[in-house]
Amino acid sequence: MNVLEINNVTKRFGNLVAVSGVSLNVAKGELCAIIGPNGAGKTTFFNLISGFFPPTSGSIIFDGRDITRLATDQRVTLGMARTFQITEIFPELTVFENVRISAEVAGGYRLRPWISRAEAAQVHARVEETLKLVSLETKTDRLVGELAHGDQRAAEIAMALALKPHLLLLDEPTAGMGDQETYQITQLIRRLHRDSNYTIVLIEHDMRVVFHLADRICVLDQGRMLAQGTPQEIAANEKVQAAYLGNAA
Amino acid sequence: MSSEQIRKLIALSAIWIALLLAPYWMVPLGGYTALATRVLVLGLAAMSVNFLLGFTGVLSFGHAAYFGLGAYGAGLTLKFLAPSTPLSLLAGMLLGGVCGAILGTLIVRRRGVYFAMVTIAFGQVFYYIAFRWNSLTGGDDGLRGFSRQPLDFGLFKIDILSSANNFYFFVLFCFALIVGIMGFILRSPFGRTMIAIRENERRARFLGIPVERHIWIAFTLSCFFMGFAGALYALVNNFADPRGLHYSQSGDFVIMAVMGGMRSFWGPLLGATVFVVLQDYLSSVTVNWMSFVGLLFVLVVLFFPRGLLGFLQRSKA
Repeated sequence: MNVLEINNVTKRFGNLVAVSGVSLNVAKGELCAIIGPNGAGKTTFFNLISGFFPPTSGSIIFDGRDITRLATDQRVTLGMARTFQITEIFPELTVFENVRISAEVAGGYRLRPWISRAEAAQVHARVEETLKLVSLETKTDRLVGELAHGDQRAAEIAMALALKPHLLLLDEPTAGMGDQETYQITQLIRRLHRDSNYTIVLIEHDMRVVFHLADRICVLDQGRMLAQGTPQEIAANEKVQAAYLGNAA
Repeated sequence: MSSEQIRKLIALSAIWIALLLAPYWMVPLGGYTALATRVLVLGLAAMSVNFLLGFTGVLSFGHAAYFGLGAYGAGLTLKFLAPSTPLSLLAGMLLGGVCGAILGTLIVRRRGVYFAMVTIAFGQVFYYIAFRWNSLTGGDDGLRGFSRQPLDFGLFKIDILSSANNFYFFVLFCFALIVGIMGFILRSPFGRTMIAIRENERRARFLGIPVERHIWIAFTLSCFFMGFAGALYALVNNFADPRGLHYSQSGDFVIMAVMGGMRSFWGPLLGATVFVVLQDYLSSVTVNWMSFVGLLFVLVVLFFPRGLLGFLQRSKA
């Protein structure tokens, strides 16, 4: 079953066609990586999926439901969570508080002016479990804004995970990281995919990461879907080599 | 309990003890009880503004409108409807809160300076209504001809009109009630979504929080609190003044909140204390008292960007 079905989606900004007629299906449990040169429309494509703005034409189906015109927060409520290329967190709150907000929203408590002891304990357990998953359990009381870059990224992923999403969208999870941090985040995403069976779509520039993680790779170029396939197929694809890998190598 | 919690508990007890005993320590220090009452009421208003500014991260520059509406609501109730102090407070709170709820639907779509401008504009609308509608509001002269009524408990009555101390304790009780509600909300899941919106609106949205709706709720709640403070203010003065709705009054509340420390719950009360006491003292010395308050405000913002309370907390830690 497909978690996400994107049919022929186009986004225009005035005369600029940022994304042009792109279709993509993501199956449950799949890890799909989107790659492409700078300006290929990857982030715009991501923004269309997560509801930052609506597409000019085309449709987006999530869990069998048409979400093309739904607002961001409604998509999140349906089970879609994302992280950003530039980390978006609550810098002046602790790691625990960051993830707790997310867990409380997921629990349906966001409008509640009170929370019972039992519910609070549940939220607490959920937060701790999530923080363990991203290996931040020893830093729960630190302010997120004071953490190292890699830990901030992990905290952002933890906030997304605490929402119990059916689909996790990661926008360049290793952006701005050193080798060690990149390795840790890659291992984390691998665990989420292999062990916890999350469905993940990610944008990534680091080809080692992409080929290490992805079940399937989609190549965007100038707003169009140039190719998609397994890592082996993409590595052998001549069009892709010409447009992208050729330049990098 | 951790030492952090113990310190918080001590600070909290100190605040409440100081407030409870204010009529007894203020007089020997050269103050008077009615001054303490004014501090409480204006402090409550500044805390209501800060409920939005400090904890939701949106700046309303027209909150005096809901303060003034509360004052007129209370005054008109006492003058024309019923000689009941609790009823007048309820009427004032409802008038401020309901108007805030309705206008809030239009205001919360804007952000930053546009939000502030729209709040000023709507605030001024109410100011001019109060200013021009002579037959009902008394126009420029303000609304007179009413006074706070004794509290009637059936078996006994408490005189809050002629006994300044009784009135102070009544206001303190009301203050504690509203401040308790505020604190309760801020510690709840909803309160945490407010802080999430303050910290990072985009992240809040992508956690599934409908940001506009939550800002609207916070705005409406703060207008109810504001209306209540305004109603108390009408009881303090036995008078409602159109200048209580003016945007310069909104500015005073923002100054109190920022000067005291808008990231802390109690900061605005400290700001209001400094503001009201300085005003009381300086205005008997010079008509230009506002220049000195303004100077102090500039100094605080320049040197203690977290406000007076933020500075006190930092130097203690």
